[in-house]
Amino acid sequence: MSVIKVPEADAAGWRCAACGEELVPRAVELEYLDSVFNVELPACPRCGMVFIPESLALGKMNQVERLLEDK
Amino acid sequence: MRGMGRSLLPFTGKRMDQAELRRLENQCIQEEPPQCVAACPLHVDVKQFCSLMAARRIDKAWGVLAKTLPLPGVLARLCDGPCKAQCVRKDAGGAIEIDGLERFCADAAKPVGPPRPLPPRRKSVAVLGGGLTGLCAAWEMVRRGFGVTLYCAEPGRDLAALSESILPKGVLARELDGLRAMGAAVEEGAEPTPDLLESLLEEKDAVFADADDLPEAMRDFGEPDEITLGTRVTGLFASRAGETSAVFRAAAGRRAANSIERFTQGVSMVTGREQEGPYPTRLFTSLDKVQSVPPIIADGLYTEAQAREEAGRCLQCECMECVKTCEYLKHYQYYPKVYARQIYNNESIVMGTRQANTMINSCMLCGLCETVCPEDFSMADVCLEARRSMVERGKMPPSAHEFALRDMAFANGPKCVLARHAPGADASGYVFFPGCQLTASDPGGVEAAYGDLLDRLGDVGLLLHCCGAPARWSGREALFEESLAGLRSAWESLGNPKIIAACPTCIKTLKSGLADAEIVSHWSVLRALGLPEGAEGGTAALAVNDPCAARHDAALREDVRALLEQAGASLAEPELTGEYTECCGFGGLLSEADPELGRRVAEHRAAAREEDFVTYCVMCRDMIAKTGKRAMHCFDLLYPRAEDPAARPSPGYSARRENRVRLREDLLKRLWKEDAGNGSEPFEDVEVGFTDQAASVMEERRILKSDVQKVLLRARETGKRFVHGGTGHFLASHRPVVVTYWVEFEERGNGYLVHNAWSHRMRVKGGKA
Ligand code: SF4
Ligand code: SF4
Ligand code: SF4
Ligand SMILES: [Zn+2]
Repeated sequence: MSVIKVPEADAAGWRCAACGEELVPRAVELEYLDSVFNVELPACPRCGMVFIPESLALGKMNQVERLLEDK
Repeated sequence: MRGMGRSLLPFTGKRMDQAELRRLENQCIQEEPPQCVAACPLHVDVKQFCSLMAARRIDKAWGVLAKTLPLPGVLARLCDGPCKAQCVRKDAGGAIEIDGLERFCADAAKPVGPPRPLPPRRKSVAVLGGGLTGLCAAWEMVRRGFGVTLYCAEPGRDLAALSESILPKGVLARELDGLRAMGAAVEEGAEPTPDLLESLLEEKDAVFADADDLPEAMRDFGEPDEITLGTRVTGLFASRAGETSAVFRAAAGRRAANSIERFTQGVSMVTGREQEGPYPTRLFTSLDKVQSVPPIIADGLYTEAQAREEAGRCLQCECMECVKTCEYLKHYQYYPKVYARQIYNNESIVMGTRQANTMINSCMLCGLCETVCPEDFSMADVCLEARRSMVERGKMPPSAHEFALRDMAFANGPKCVLARHAPGADASGYVFFPGCQLTASDPGGVEAAYGDLLDRLGDVGLLLHCCGAPARWSGREALFEESLAGLRSAWESLGNPKIIAACPTCIKTLKSGLADAEIVSHWSVLRALGLPEGAEGGTAALAVNDPCAARHDAALREDVRALLEQAGASLAEPELTGEYTECCGFGGLLSEADPELGRRVAEHRAAAREEDFVTYCVMCRDMIAKTGKRAMHCFDLLYPRAEDPAARPSPGYSARRENRVRLREDLLKRLWKEDAGNGSEPFEDVEVGFTDQAASVMEERRILKSDVQKVLLRARETGKRFVHGGTGHFLASHRPVVVTYWVEFEERGNGYLVHNAWSHRMRVKGGKA
């Protein structure tokens, strides 16, 4: 499966508070209603905590959620 | 037109089937033809014609006539407009002068050639007699691809005597040219004789005789059949002699053509012919708000300006009664006949996107459409059934009603539910049931009202519970039953007292759900007891707003008005009121399915009158208050507490929950001297404040204070959070159940100040978010 890149996932200025690391793009699996997507999202390179910005949650992700709910 | 107010549909949870779709499509009459079109013996599209004429598109308007009328130049000038007797405008100034308009159009429009006939069908027919009827029959048949020969002494002999002002020279000749151009042969000078008839019957597939152009002696075939115009002689069709109206003559010609078509095809001569010639139509068009305007009468032909003005009086008849009154129906741009099909299609989809889900979930289930519809079409029934079937088949979008159902579960949870006899009593004659929204919005009002009932009625218990309406509205019948079962057992634990319910939705829901309970409205009890002490009527006139749940409860509406008037209120009625009241946008959980439309509906309602609103449903009160309109609940007047209650903002979702919890705690402590015993959960101890911006987006995004507290607690426990280099804000997330919440915050002493929050339902696989 190819990895979807999302330009909205802009983590500028944020870093992991626990590890002190800058965030780096990482392939993660997002799932909803039995569908799985491979998406590249900013994450902490040490602890792996994934960052989902407001614009992504309310934009693309919300659209996809609605689409899947109407399937 | 009066709705039945069937609040309780038999619950099937089945998909709409073809038969049901057809029944619904037939019930909505919006697509039925207008009166004029149905009354016209030839079914000219008068409505379209008028619309084009009013728009000065005269050539186009002529096209409408020429496509339907045989020999249009002749018919348009000779028709005396029998449709006028049915025109809806006749009761608002006078029928549209359609005959005058047609004459003007025939004169002013650029002539068009005859229609292009259908491909030849290799059947040949004869028309015997060339009066107007015969000419029209020939026209209709040649159009349909018959080989037509017309035998007559002189075509249009019966029109020859007409004056120049009625039928100008050359018009008939031009239409006869058209007839020939379409392929008809015209045998002039062929005086009809019995021999000719006999040989034609032999040689042709069928013969039509224009009885008015035959010698008396030849009419020995008997009176032609009314429906088929068939005669005793097989293959011979004839008009009935003596018709004087031009358009009815033309209609006879068309009827004969239809018969001959059936005859030559060997199909039934009689079935399905009800709509040839004038027929009754079911279309309803209201004259409400239509100003009476008299017709324009001209001595001779209309001028163009007159014609436009006269055509402009046409009402462009349609029904749309429900769409006119319902913002939701308007929003989706069609009408229930179309919506029924969209819902049927939505339910039939196996693979692909269900486009109508939001539409189905946006109906307020308020019943106004059924009340205004001439055919009692209930969009509410259709949408509720569709929701139930979606739930039943697992096709209801999970997010559609979740927030409202979570709120209902909270209201039915241990922190909110209460069932008690009056303090010190061990039995209840009555129990007060304020409902979960009144307790959420105005706990002080509930305390005052309950105190009043205790003072004046005595043995009144208290029952705090949700009536289950959100579950019902969401189509989750099983959940509704479950909520009802909890309510029932609480009620039975009090010894089945009479229920005094304050909220109209509760009253309606309980009446159907707890059918064996005696349910009285709080307002009728107050009316019987007299006004509570201190009741006020307000200083200025108030617009009284009936909630949609009171639509079919005239006694309830009356009680409220009587009470308010006793209190000295002067009441004004919105245009849509009583049985015809409009929903505030809360009904049917519209605000969950489409918050934006919900807001527009509330704004629309709020604009119905200038005066401050007073209503007896707290959701109406809050929905209208949210638009910025001043609005009160009756409790604000009957149990006055605050300075300016009409300006009280609608409490947010979190405050509503806290109000319910606190009300229960306060009442238990004050009246029953008990501690609520709500062991607080750890997250509740997280101290948190919100910027205005954060509070407002949380409300919009349906994020509760408790959701935020859970995130913050989790971040505190795990230390997992992001930090922003510029602002120093932290960001943490947590997924309590099915939604992941993100909170952007800063630390403030022991607590937090929240700047922003958002959520999503997708989950990071293997991750915590
Ligand atoms: S008002 Fe117009 S559309 Fe209605 S019946 Fe009369 S002519 Fe027809
Ligand atoms: S919102 Fe009310 S009036 Fe509109 S379609 Fe639904 S039930 Fe009918
Ligand atoms: S009121 Fe609405 S549902 Fe009823 S016939 Fe008219 S358009 Fe159709
Ligand atoms: Zn980390």
